[in-house]
Amino acid sequence: MAELKKKATRESYGEALAELGDKYENLYVFDADLAAATKTGIFKKKFPDRFFDCGIAESNMMGVAAGMAAAGKIPFASTFAMFAAGRAFEQVRNSIAVEAAILHNGPVYMRFGRLAAPIFNDPDNYKFELGKGVKLREGKDIAIVATGLMVYEAVEAAKTLAAEGIEAAVINIHTIKPIDEDIIVEAAKKTKLLLTVEEHSVIGGLGSAVADVLAQKYPAKLVKIGVNDEFGHSGPAVELLKQYGLCAENIVAKARDAVKAK
Amino acid sequence: MDETLKKQLQITACKVRLGILEGVFNAKSGHPGGSLSIADLLTYLYFAKMNVYPDKPDEPQRDRLVLSKGHTAPALYATLAEKGFFPKEELKSLRHVGAMLQGHPCITIPGVDMSSGSLGQGISAACGMALSGKISSDTYKVYTILGDGEIEEGQVWEAAMFAAHYKLDNLVAVVDNNGLQIDGKIDDVMSPYPITDKFASFGWHVITADAHDFDSLEKAFDEAETVCGQPVVIVMKSVKGKGVSFMENNVSWHGSAPNQEQYEQAVKEINETLKSLEG
Repeated sequence: MAELKKKATRESYGEALAELGDKYENLYVFDADLAAATKTGIFKKKFPDRFFDCGIAESNMMGVAAGMAAAGKIPFASTFAMFAAGRAFEQVRNSIAVEAAILHNGPVYMRFGRLAAPIFNDPDNYKFELGKGVKLREGKDIAIVATGLMVYEAVEAAKTLAAEGIEAAVINIHTIKPIDEDIIVEAAKKTKLLLTVEEHSVIGGLGSAVADVLAQKYPAKLVKIGVNDEFGHSGPAVELLKQYGLCAENIVAKARDAVKAK
Repeated sequence: MDETLKKQLQITACKVRLGILEGVFNAKSGHPGGSLSIADLLTYLYFAKMNVYPDKPDEPQRDRLVLSKGHTAPALYATLAEKGFFPKEELKSLRHVGAMLQGHPCITIPGVDMSSGSLGQGISAACGMALSGKISSDTYKVYTILGDGEIEEGQVWEAAMFAAHYKLDNLVAVVDNNGLQIDGKIDDVMSPYPITDKFASFGWHVITADAHDFDSLEKAFDEAETVCGQPVVIVMKSVKGKGVSFMENNVSWHGSAPNQEQYEQAVKEINETLKSLEG
């Protein structure tokens, strides 16, 4: 099989913004001195007049974006997750979320990775629909629900499992909220066993969202793979993913154990 | 300022003050002190300065106001009601369950341009609106009102840097310098002084004014109009609780409502002022 092309999701974000900039004249991009890293620099190069650097001042950036939106424009405020979801959380909560309730076309939090990820979706047939999961593989023994970088790992894990005689379904949940309840309940009915994988804490992310759906709609056994409520540390990204079990090998091992224990 | 206009503004300001007292009294909570200190400013802005349209509150070219010191919403509501954005009757149900008037400014209320109240955030939103106006060559102006305690928030200075960097000369910030914050005198709690020098060093055009003198306010805002290429701040010396003798310069009225007796006394005082103006 030919080697899959790889691309960082942040790269796709920058390219998408640059592309959407043609379509939506109302689209503006803000960054907080990280245009090279978040890849909004791609947009900046194409639309220098519609790009505003806010300097190393994320709280203000979120507020400015809220003001722009209130004046009728579509701002994309980009920075690292730590700053967007951490430092400027209160600004997002109080200045942006409130306003979005009125404008209806609400605020959106998007998460991108630095690491190059394999491009495996077929661009001709793949359709992105907010809040709708995508079933990538059918299977009756276990359903692997993955998001972001882990989707590809889940697909690879399912192949290995198939060779062992375990049929694993694979579902890509790209939107954590609103979560696609139907696809999760359907998988639970079929397999009675779900396994979530995310490059994120096991608390408050995909795993928690799926647990929420199962507990309320169709109780089924759930195994969560993610960062297990522990502090992170530095290292090459690929090695860290392995260390935290965020790889196909670990998915295979956990899925195998869970199916055996069924 | 034209004497007739001045008298009219003074009368309107009294009515705004009565509206503030009515709202806070009926809510049994809220912030009368800092509301009364900006009553004259809001009266000047909405009745002599800003292009606003009570029958078309969302008119795209309207001037905008972000009350960054959002806890003084009663002053904004009383002014908007006086201007005709909604019935004055609404002031009676301020902060009540199911009422339109929320404890802090909410963008769903006619005439309110931005939700605010978490200190330090309103000025950033005002920057966003001003930047939007610049980009689209809109003619509107953006005004934002900050408390002198509020500028202890770091975000204010991020916004100050931003506004000067992007030369937002369609933005006018007003600092309501009444010298008091909840815990006491601003000099004692955490001095933001010298306020004028700080803004000047951030690249702003700085003007000082007397918050309770319409001639001074007019002069300040007229000067603001002439400034090109930089944002303007008007540091306005004010009296917290202005207009009600027992509330003036008394920090305990920062965030507490008057009881029946106090309310009646306050209304009586303002009505006396009103009578002497109208008489």
